[in-house]
Parts: sequence; structure tokens; C-alpha cells
Amino acid sequence: MPELAQTDATIRKPKIDLKMYGPAIALVILCIIGFSLNTAFLSEGNITNLLTRSAFIGIIAVGATFVITAGGIDLSVGSMAAAIAGIMIILMNALVDILGTGVLTVAVGAGCAVLLGALAGLANGLLTTKGKIEAFIVTLGTMGIFRSLVTYFADGGTLSLNFDIRGTYRPVYYDSLIGVPIPVWVFIIVAISGWFLMNRTTFGRYCTAIGSNEHVAQYSAINVNKIKTWTYVIQGLCVALATVIYVPRLGSASSSTGVLWELEAIAAVIIGGTVLKGGYGRIGGTILGALILTTIGNILNFTDLISNYLNGTMQGLIIIIAVWLQRADWGKSKD
Amino acid sequence: MVVESPMASDGLLCADSLSKSFGTVPVLFSVSFSLRAGEVHALIGENGAGKSTLMKIMSGFHNPTSGRIIYDGKPVTLPPNGGAEALGIVLIHQELNLSEQMTVTENIFLGREIAKHGILDRPAMTARVVQLLADVGLNISPDTRISELSIAQKQMVEIAKAMSRNARVLIMDEPTAVLTEAETNILFKQVNRLRDQGVAIMFVSHKLHEVKEISDRVTVLRDGQWIGTSATSDLNLDDMARMMVGRELSDLYPPVNEPNVDADIALTVNGLHTKNITDISFELRRGEILGFSGLVGSGRTEVFEAVCGLTPMQAGTITTFGNEIRFASVAQARDAGIVYLTKDRKGRGLLLNEGMQTNLTLLALPQFANRLMLDRKKEAFALTRAVRRFDIRARDPNVRAKDMSGGNQQKLLLAKVMEADPKIVIIDEPTRGIDVGTKQQIYHFIAALAAEGVSIVVISSDMPEIIGISHRVIIMREGQIAGTVSGRDINETQIVRYAAGLNEETIHA
Repeated sequence: MPELAQTDATIRKPKIDLKMYGPAIALVILCIIGFSLNTAFLSEGNITNLLTRSAFIGIIAVGATFVITAGGIDLSVGSMAAAIAGIMIILMNALVDILGTGVLTVAVGAGCAVLLGALAGLANGLLTTKGKIEAFIVTLGTMGIFRSLVTYFADGGTLSLNFDIRGTYRPVYYDSLIGVPIPVWVFIIVAISGWFLMNRTTFGRYCTAIGSNEHVAQYSAINVNKIKTWTYVIQGLCVALATVIYVPRLGSASSSTGVLWELEAIAAVIIGGTVLKGGYGRIGGTILGALILTTIGNILNFTDLISNYLNGTMQGLIIIIAVWLQRADWGKSKD
Repeated sequence: MVVESPMASDGLLCADSLSKSFGTVPVLFSVSFSLRAGEVHALIGENGAGKSTLMKIMSGFHNPTSGRIIYDGKPVTLPPNGGAEALGIVLIHQELNLSEQMTVTENIFLGREIAKHGILDRPAMTARVVQLLADVGLNISPDTRISELSIAQKQMVEIAKAMSRNARVLIMDEPTAVLTEAETNILFKQVNRLRDQGVAIMFVSHKLHEVKEISDRVTVLRDGQWIGTSATSDLNLDDMARMMVGRELSDLYPPVNEPNVDADIALTVNGLHTKNITDISFELRRGEILGFSGLVGSGRTEVFEAVCGLTPMQAGTITTFGNEIRFASVAQARDAGIVYLTKDRKGRGLLLNEGMQTNLTLLALPQFANRLMLDRKKEAFALTRAVRRFDIRARDPNVRAKDMSGGNQQKLLLAKVMEADPKIVIIDEPTRGIDVGTKQQIYHFIAALAAEGVSIVVISSDMPEIIGISHRVIIMREGQIAGTVSGRDINETQIVRYAAGLNEETIHA
């Protein structure tokens, strides 16, 4: 048996890979820059604010990591969030007459939001797999549909939540538990569950296999369509969860809710080291990616060096630099 | 057996004491090679002997660590990434280099389109391609997309492409690995024609009888070292095998034990129809090795893809161990004890970017999980066990599948399907493109599995292989079973007659 034990050990030998730690190093550097520009950057208030704001994109990006790892893409998440927010607000307002303005109304509304998210994801998934249409096209279509739905429901304006429900719902965004805001708790739970699902279960392994080579997956007894559909359902659930904690922040939804969230989510995934064409996914990287994107915006708010209007430019540069660093063959001989 | 000096500098393209290391790993040790105009020079050796590396250095795809390339009598540094084609040195890769979504014409003229003032002269290119296709005996339209062609047809397109470049040196990496005998003959006709035109041809193959047939000289490499160069007429097949392996290979095929005619019937297929195959019926007994022979495209693979639930069945019944079943998915087939080992190792068999462990457990992954959670200790243990059982050789246990040799990939694939603990194993082209030493091991694994009571189907285009290991052989032709031979009737003549439709006892329903 000693021989066996030795082989076992070599198999698990951890590989030190600079690319692996790239996103973490980038985040640390950003924090140092932020702190050197303004010491208030590392104040408890700012950190809390930063984490809370990262939560929305972060939660959605965890879902996107599964979709992208399995070789898909979901462009509809921002519109989906807006549509879910709109329908949830209409529903809660309508429920006031029946259930009052208490916790029950909020719970039913939130429950329906989660159900809607799952159904929207299921629709994306089935159209891609059973419908055999490219994910890019399907989700481009549903992106337009979801966006126009919220515009229609709001009649081009804004859907506002009943004032009394707002009072009941408010703590979901603004309250803390053991000093940590509720949205951050949700983010943490989603992140840990996502990491576990991706790295420790057959489902995660199947996602990687499918994204790596669908044919090999099929020949290896993997139900490719089922797994791919599930990734979209998970994405839908993540969007719903993010929406449920986002709505009490403003108490309203309009056609501009969640605009460009899909791109921020995909950006977070890519900055984190997940490969866009699938086959390799890193939940931990995605979390860091979401934090990096929020931190850039936060730093720009803190300083006059660069206009806040250039937030998009900075994020775009970071995405391109991150991928360029990942692609470069550091220290490999050119054969 | 006359062995020439390695230091030959009389050729059109010569390698002079080439050495090559990848990182710290040396793969070629001071190898010299000369390729003369108007000769076919075969390069043989086991997988990992350094053939591919030598070929790639001589066509500019790799730089040598030391040594020189001499072309036309002058030392040269070949331009990288196929730039040597402009000098007349063309390498046909084993993994064909064609754009799947483009047409035959577009591929052949890719990068050197005939154009007037930037506007493509399509009629001129089409006319040229029609001529080239006729020369290689390929009866397809120049406007066919590559993705619609068979592997064999793609190979011929590659050769047409090389011919269109007026190559002075043509380097071919296992061109016949995926060709049938008829296609190989067409290829060899072209090779002979090119040789007569004065083209220098370097030819890598694992099929020694082809080397004997087509080449003028043979160079053998083993473990990155030059072993010898001889006129082909001075060597017989045994000499070549001995030089490659460095030991005697008397027992390439394990002894075929007597099939037990009373054994249980493991699999019965009755009246199977799919889109391309009609009325397939046969039985497979416990512990039997059943060969499936026939030309490429005769429907052999499709029969078993239908059996395993990979392609839909239109009619027919499948019975395993007395239960009639129809698998809707590979998972159901696996759970019923039937596994299919694909011939397309790289495209359908292994996740090339993943390591051995992920690949090994993928088919049988539910066995390595409690509910959904993976048991990684169990996976690691399975890898240790499989590496030992199937003698998978990898320098580093974390090596990615794409960095393994073809032979080790095949062993890993075999180990992968065996993790599902099958009762029936279908192996499609078990030894395509792997060296003679590994072939021998795989034949012994197959024989050992059969002896343990596993039923095995071997689909193969390699005639000696089918003859060497099967208890019984079914020959397919144009989507139907053309005949069955067993015992002493398993010989090349019988099989070829059935495959070509010469035997009258073709079964028609």
C-alpha cells in the first residue's frame, strides 16, 4: 500500500499557478490604489456599501458561470431582472387588498419572483436545447421580450411599490445580521452553494465536460440537454434572487432597471478566469470579478482623478487586460 | 540487412544531427535523415519515438534545439507555421487542417486564391480543383463543404491541396490511418505518380506492410534515437518491427481460445433498421470476441451507435440477457452493462483539456458520487488502479489528455469504459494510429476481458487485427450484413469477398 499512497499524494499535488491568483492580486492592487487615494476607502461603511452593491451582479454572475462553463451564454439576465421586478411589484400591490401589507404579501411576491426566474430560465434552456437554437440568439430574443414586457407593464413609466409594503420589505436590503447586510449574506450563501455545486458534485463535472466537448459528454452517458437546461434554470433562479433583494432598494422598477447587467455579469465571469467558450469555470474567480467591477466604480466615486462618467471605460479596460493576461503564455517556450 | 550511415547529405532535404528538447525533456537525440528527390522514404517507430517531432522540424513547425536543416544543398532556417510551403515543403498533418465550413475549392486555394484586382476568379479555381479531384480519384463537387465529407474524403482533399502547391517535398503523417484499403490504393497511386515526377516524399505509418509496399527506403527511430536507415527491399516486416521495438514481437496477437458455443447469449439484435442500415440481426455470446469488418461507411459504427442509444432506431429489437430493451440514452445502455468505445478518441472519447482522473471517471461518474457529491478519494483510487491495470504511462499524473501519446489515450479510454463495469464492450477501431507495442497490449487486454466472461465486439478496418483476435467475424456491406465467418474461414480472402459483394450468400431479408 505505501506505493499507492504515494501516487495518491502526487495526484493531489497542488499546482501553483499565477493565472489562478490573478483576479485576487488585481483586487488587492485596486484596494491599495483606493486606500492610497482616500483612506476612507477602507472604512467599514464603504466596505459594507461595496459588498452590498457587488451582491446583485455577483449573484447573477454565479449563475452565469454555470451557463458559460457548459458552453452557453445568457444575454437576457438584465431584462429578466427588470421583468421579474415589474411583475413582482404589480403582484404585491394587487395582494394588498387580500393579504394586507405584511410579511405574507412580501413572501408571496418573492416566492412568485423565484418561480418566474426559474420559468424564464427554463424557457431559455428548452429553446436552446430542444429547440436547437444557438443560446446567443435565444437569449437575444428573450432579452428583447423581457425588456419590452416591463416597459409595457409600466406603460413606459415607472412601477412603484405600495408605500406600506415598502416599509415591510425595506429591511431585506437595508438591515444587517451580525453586522453584515442581508444582501451580502445572500451573496455569500449563493457563492458557497455555487462553488460546491461546481467543484464537488457530478452536476459541476458534467457542466465542465459539456462545455469542453459536447460529443465526448454525450458519448460518456451525460444527458447533455438536461444539464444545459438546468444551467439556465440556475441562472434564472440567481436573477430572481438578485431581484428580490434589489427591489426594496428603490421600491420601483422601470424600463431602465437592470440595463447592461448581462454584460457586467459576463464580464465578472470572464475576469474571474472562466473560459468564455466553456469547459472551465471558476466560481471563486467570478466572485472576485464582481468585486473588482464594483471596486472600480467605487474608487472613481472617491477621486476626481478620472471622471465618474468614465466608469465604463475603466471596466472595459480591466476586462480586456484581464483576458490578455490570461491568454499570454507566461514562461512557455514558443514551440 | 544493410544499414546505411546516418550522415547522408545527398538528399534534397536533409536533417543534420538534429536534437530537440521540450523544456527539459529531450525527445530527439542527434538524428540525421536524408530525403532524396524522387523517393518515398518511410519513417517508422513506436509512439513517442520522435517521428512527429522530426517531421515537424523538417517542415518548419518546430525549431531544432541543435543541428541543421539542409535544403537544396544549403543550410536553411525554415520559416515557422507552414511558411515552408512557399519553399515547396508541405506537411500533411495527421489531424487534417481543413476549414470545416468552407468548400473544397475554398480550402484548396486558402491563402493563395486566384484573383484579379482583389476579385476572386471563381471559375478558374473551380476548374483547377475539378482537375485535382479527378487526379486523386475523388468524385465530389468542388463546392461541397468539408463538414459533409467523410474522414477519408477529407484526407484526399488534403492531398489534392498539397498537389496544388507544386510541392517538392511532401511530408505525410500517417496518411493511411483512416483510409480503407481501396482508398489507400488510390493514395498510393498518387504517391507513385508524385515520386515519378521527382517529388521527395516522407511517409510516416504504423502499417508496416504499407511501408513495405510503397517506400524505397526506411528509417527507424526508437526513443528519439536513430536506429537505422535501409533500402526497403533489404528488410522484411519482422526486421522492421524488431528495429522499432528493440525486441521480438512473436506474439502480437494473444492465442484465441476456443469459443464456448454453449455460453449464454449476451446480446441479440434482431431486424435493426436506422437511416443508413437495414435488417441487422446477430447474436453475441458471453465471453465471445465478435469482429465487425467491412469498408469504411458500410454502417458498422452506426449499428452500435443505434444499439447504445446514440442514434435513433427505426425498427428492430435488442435483447440483453433475455430482456428486450431499447435504450433512449447512453446512460441507460451503460446501466444495462453495454458500453461503446468510440473510434474518435479526440473528438468523442476524451476531454482533451482535462486530466486523466476527470476523463477516467466521466462515464461512470454516478458510481463516484454519494447523491450528487463527488467522492474524490474514490476517484483518485480508481486512477491509481487503472494506471496499473492498463499500464497507462504518463510522466505526470496531472497531464492533460491532449498531451498524452495516442497509445496512452487509447488505454485511458479503455480504462474509462471499464469503470462502468460492463458486460458487453463495443470497441470501434481499438488500435487506430497507435504503435505496435501498445497494440499488442490492447489485444491482450481484450483477450483477458473475454476470458473473464465479458462479451466484446471489435469493429476494425485493420484486417490482420480482425483476423488475429476474433472468434467470429461479421462482414458488413452497404448497411447490411454481407456474411459471417468463423473458425478457419476467418481469412483475408473470405472477408474481402464478402466486403466487396463477391460472395453469393449475401443475406437478403
